[in-house]
Amino acid sequence: MTETFTPPTRFAVPGRIAVSNQTAAVWQSATITEIRRETPHASTVRLAVPAWAGHLPGQHLMLRLTAEDGYAAQRHYSIASAPDDSGHIELTLDHVEGGEVSGWFHTVARPGDRVEVRGPVSGFFAWPGDRPALLIGAGSGVVPLMSMVRHHRAHGLDVPLRLLVSARSPQELIYAREYGAETTPVFTRSAPEGVPVGRMAAAHVAPLLAEQPNGGWEAYVCGSNGFAEHASRLLVEAGQPVDRIRIERFG
Amino acid sequence: MNVTRGFTGRPRVQNSGLPPGQYDAGDDWPVLSAEVTPDLTPGEWTFRVDGLVEEPRTWNWDEAHALPGSVYAGDIHCVTSWSKFGVRFGGVSLDAFLSVVRPHASATHAVAYSHTGYTTNLPLADLTGGRAWIAWEYDGQPLAPEHGGPARLLVPHLYFWKSAKWIAGLRILDHDEPGFWEQNGYHARGNPWEEQRYSGD
Repeated sequence: MTETFTPPTRFAVPGRIAVSNQTAAVWQSATITEIRRETPHASTVRLAVPAWAGHLPGQHLMLRLTAEDGYAAQRHYSIASAPDDSGHIELTLDHVEGGEVSGWFHTVARPGDRVEVRGPVSGFFAWPGDRPALLIGAGSGVVPLMSMVRHHRAHGLDVPLRLLVSARSPQELIYAREYGAETTPVFTRSAPEGVPVGRMAAAHVAPLLAEQPNGGWEAYVCGSNGFAEHASRLLVEAGQPVDRIRIERFG
Repeated sequence: MNVTRGFTGRPRVQNSGLPPGQYDAGDDWPVLSAEVTPDLTPGEWTFRVDGLVEEPRTWNWDEAHALPGSVYAGDIHCVTSWSKFGVRFGGVSLDAFLSVVRPHASATHAVAYSHTGYTTNLPLADLTGGRAWIAWEYDGQPLAPEHGGPARLLVPHLYFWKSAKWIAGLRILDHDEPGFWEQNGYHARGNPWEEQRYSGD
């Protein structure tokens, strides 16, 4: 007997995006060409990766650092840059307290240093620009979402795209100068004059779900687990179908 | 070996018990799931085993708890590179369920699926012989929803994406059929000691 198993809900339908297993399996050398400070705790690293096979907005990669005695540390990072043909990709890294990889990037790394990357991996969180996208992120959770915003902008796409981004303060808002009319920032600790301070709430989500585009929103949520739980709950309560919510949690 | 200038890493411990490429998450237990955490009460939870078996069967919460209890005490490993030492889960060995449904001799694999529709594939040999559990307690407490409560699959000798949260059932098959992450480029088996992270590893 041969059968194909179909799960009881639509959540697990195969990823819309085919992922190349070849590129995921090969470590490539990447050279740091630039490091830009975004906020007091986050920096963007630009990497030259000549053999990069390309990616879709929202995909991530695995990055590896190797010590002289052969010890290696590897971490998953979302790709911040939109796909382009420059031979470069960008990552934006939080400086994690005691983090051995992010600590190296924030205190040791300089242009010319080489690291290793493999990927892109996982098509589940990817957005090729084909459906209306409702993006909700907090802190460095905005990184894969920014790749989508940049992609949307670079190609002048007509498909609706909205970004709700939460940060502690304007100083902590990553990519602050790049946002346009598609973005609503939410500040949890301090905000500019006249802007309310508080947690992301139903009042932020409701107007976006009210302007239901053709085919409905595909929702992408990225941030800490606490934020992802909160934001996905807000979406469900506002009527977004659970199988049209994709979540990337920072573990 | 491509040494990274100025990278020393954390101080090394001999025989740390860490599979290659992993770090010790300590007291943290990161949550990684791609879907919305379901609101699932013990009263609504069911677990079914069907496919290539003599007697397909669905257990509810009380029926599953009537099976002999079993504990896993040991380590767990996530493909995103954290490991967690000395965890303790309570539940029932999968052997107890499988001895009731009796898989056919032709059975080789299973697809585990969740109440959310998440799927993951496993060789049957990784689910038998006291190596897999249906777990509903962590550290003596009910398993938290974000960690898969009320009940999850537990296959601690493989990367943790195989330990499907909010487990709803197993379909027993005579072939391997990639699940959710496996269709997204992850390895079919996921043995942490062989670093089977991605397809092709």
